[in-house]
Amino acid sequence: MAREMRRKTPEEYLREAQAAEAGLRKGHLKIVLGYASGAGKSFRMLDEARRRRERGQDVVVGAVQPSVPPEVAALLEKLEVVPLKNVGSGVAIDVETLIRRRPAVCFIDGLAYDNPPGLRNATRWQDVKDLMEAGIKVIASVNIQYVAELRERAEAITGKRVKETVPVSFIRSADEIEVVDAPAEEPGERSAEQELDASQREQKLSRLRELALVLAADVVDHQLSDYLERHNITQRFGAQERILVCLTPRSNAREMIETGRTIAGKFHGELIVAYVSQAQVSPHDQAALEERLAIAREAGARIEILDGEDPVESILEFARSQGITQLFIGHSQRLGLWSRLWGNPVEKLIRRSPGMDVRVFPQ
Amino acid sequence: MPEPRRGRLKIFMGYAAGVGKTYQMLEEARQLKKQGADVVVGYFEPHGRKDTIAKTEGLEIVPRRVIDYRGSVFEEMDTAAILARDPQVCLVDEYPHTNVPGSGRVKRWEDVQALLDAGVNVLTTMNIQHLESLNDQVCQITGVRVRETVPDWVVQQADEVVMVDLTPRALLHRLERGVVYSREKAERAIENFFRESTLVALRELALRETAYEVERRSSDADGAQGERAIARDAGKRHKILVLVTAEPSTAVAIRRARRVGDFLDAECFAVAVEPAGDSTQALEADRVAIEKHLNFARHLHIETRVLAGNDVAAALVDFARRNQVTQIFLANPRERPWTSLFSRTLVERIVGIAKDMQIVVVSERQPATGRRDSR
Repeated sequence: MAREMRRKTPEEYLREAQAAEAGLRKGHLKIVLGYASGAGKSFRMLDEARRRRERGQDVVVGAVQPSVPPEVAALLEKLEVVPLKNVGSGVAIDVETLIRRRPAVCFIDGLAYDNPPGLRNATRWQDVKDLMEAGIKVIASVNIQYVAELRERAEAITGKRVKETVPVSFIRSADEIEVVDAPAEEPGERSAEQELDASQREQKLSRLRELALVLAADVVDHQLSDYLERHNITQRFGAQERILVCLTPRSNAREMIETGRTIAGKFHGELIVAYVSQAQVSPHDQAALEERLAIAREAGARIEILDGEDPVESILEFARSQGITQLFIGHSQRLGLWSRLWGNPVEKLIRRSPGMDVRVFPQ
Repeated sequence: MPEPRRGRLKIFMGYAAGVGKTYQMLEEARQLKKQGADVVVGYFEPHGRKDTIAKTEGLEIVPRRVIDYRGSVFEEMDTAAILARDPQVCLVDEYPHTNVPGSGRVKRWEDVQALLDAGVNVLTTMNIQHLESLNDQVCQITGVRVRETVPDWVVQQADEVVMVDLTPRALLHRLERGVVYSREKAERAIENFFRESTLVALRELALRETAYEVERRSSDADGAQGERAIARDAGKRHKILVLVTAEPSTAVAIRRARRVGDFLDAECFAVAVEPAGDSTQALEADRVAIEKHLNFARHLHIETRVLAGNDVAAALVDFARRNQVTQIFLANPRERPWTSLFSRTLVERIVGIAKDMQIVVVSERQPATGRRDSR
């Protein structure tokens, strides 16, 4: 952190922000992530367009939703709009006109649309990539249920099938992401029946909100690790819980992995299962280990095989490099030879793991 | 007279000054007023921000109470006046604020409790760094030990928590333009709290916390309580016990136990072990530290117990077994050249004898450099 402070002055921040604002950085993308239509995403985004325009930026709207509420229509009146072009029976962003017009910032309200056949790109998000390639900064909105990888989960919540989607990799590639987390609440008096309907609706919306917040947090976490890497900062922040389960052939893997899965799930954190490879493993132990790794895979854990002379050292080094916040070990880590050579590994791990919780499991 | 129905509480959660919490709260107040609700502003911190001040136009503001304290004049929310006015909805900025002595209640969130009890609906704002159970992580991220915190249950009792999001870059830009603070103050802020990596990490913390708050509420409502009852019957529910000693890192273990306990929906106890018989054996300083930690645990709604026994490890583990505890939280002692030997061996002894349950040894988080103290 100290190094980072010396590296960057407020002036540098200012220059960087201005450069970004001016769209000088090729391929700059900001995603505005919503969780449901009608949550105020269009308004928030176009209000940003208005503010930027009032500050003197060259702003163009490249896509609007098919129907807009009055407050959004009022905003659009104050903005320059390049309308969608008609292609056959469908519509698409007018990429050519936008590139010729070359605004500093282009707003795309609604990213998850497939293009009609016959165009260069099959989808709108690919069109957006072309705009970025041309040096235009793009600010685009999307709702969580249109993220391809989350589609099934969103469908299970809403009961609605969505055809047109955006891959999560495109959203992760964004330079910035912002969540519009408007209230999932409808005021006013309601009958008991309406009350029940409303509460079921709120339930659904809440689960979509949760998905959106977690996706945004994941994107932010990626950005944070990139930033730290770029600046050679080894400091870890522990903003996300990262659980490392250390397995041995004899540990009580099921309880450890199950607890790890529960805690990682509740904290929206990451679960990693590691095993330190050892030179001489009996066929029996090898089979036991395979079985444990299968449990880990089933739990959706990331699996790592660590190498090293000293298992404690290997675990600690790996844990530090990954920003682990909780280390799970079993009492049975006490392998005969290991223990004699290196001392009680449980005690050593507890002593030498500052900044983490060490959870010791029963045998 | 019938008890009034408790008011609804909604929290606008942010991750730094200037993300737009107050602005969004005022925006919502205007909407509510337009729909015919009786809305007042109970406390509002303008910070000289033009856009925000403009949003209060047309809203009724209850004048603040002026308090003289040691020759200086302070202004606080006038809770009595708001209660007398009895609005449907009251806006209260800066939920974690500490009142100046002589204001009646110590914390603004206690004033909010009074409003809710009287049936007033409250909209309020706070930043993630003021949540008690995240205090150590926030210190790790910012290098700042935040003193003005709210216990987690004070946030959990809210009917709704909404994230007010803004990208760190946009926030830094706002800061540069002087929207958030005066120019000079902004430069200082950028050097300290408003480093991009710090902001990114705090924002991640806020997003995950809000996701958790949303999840908690939706699973509360859709029958997870039934699931919970089943888990309880099957004896699967966790019970957490945290050991309270004079060790300074005990506070970290208490926060962590509370946080993990909340996330796992587990019961949480804290126990201290005092020497049996002659209580003067304990060092006065240790007794004070233990009492302080027990109070801290109670403040976080953790039930506390003081056991008598000369063998701390044995007394603790025995109590844990008798009470079907499934996890014991211990503070990993700070590395110091002296005294640490006893604490160290205590942890090792407990780990050694309580092999039938999970033992969580909690370490202090290492703060980013440039540690300072903050309110």
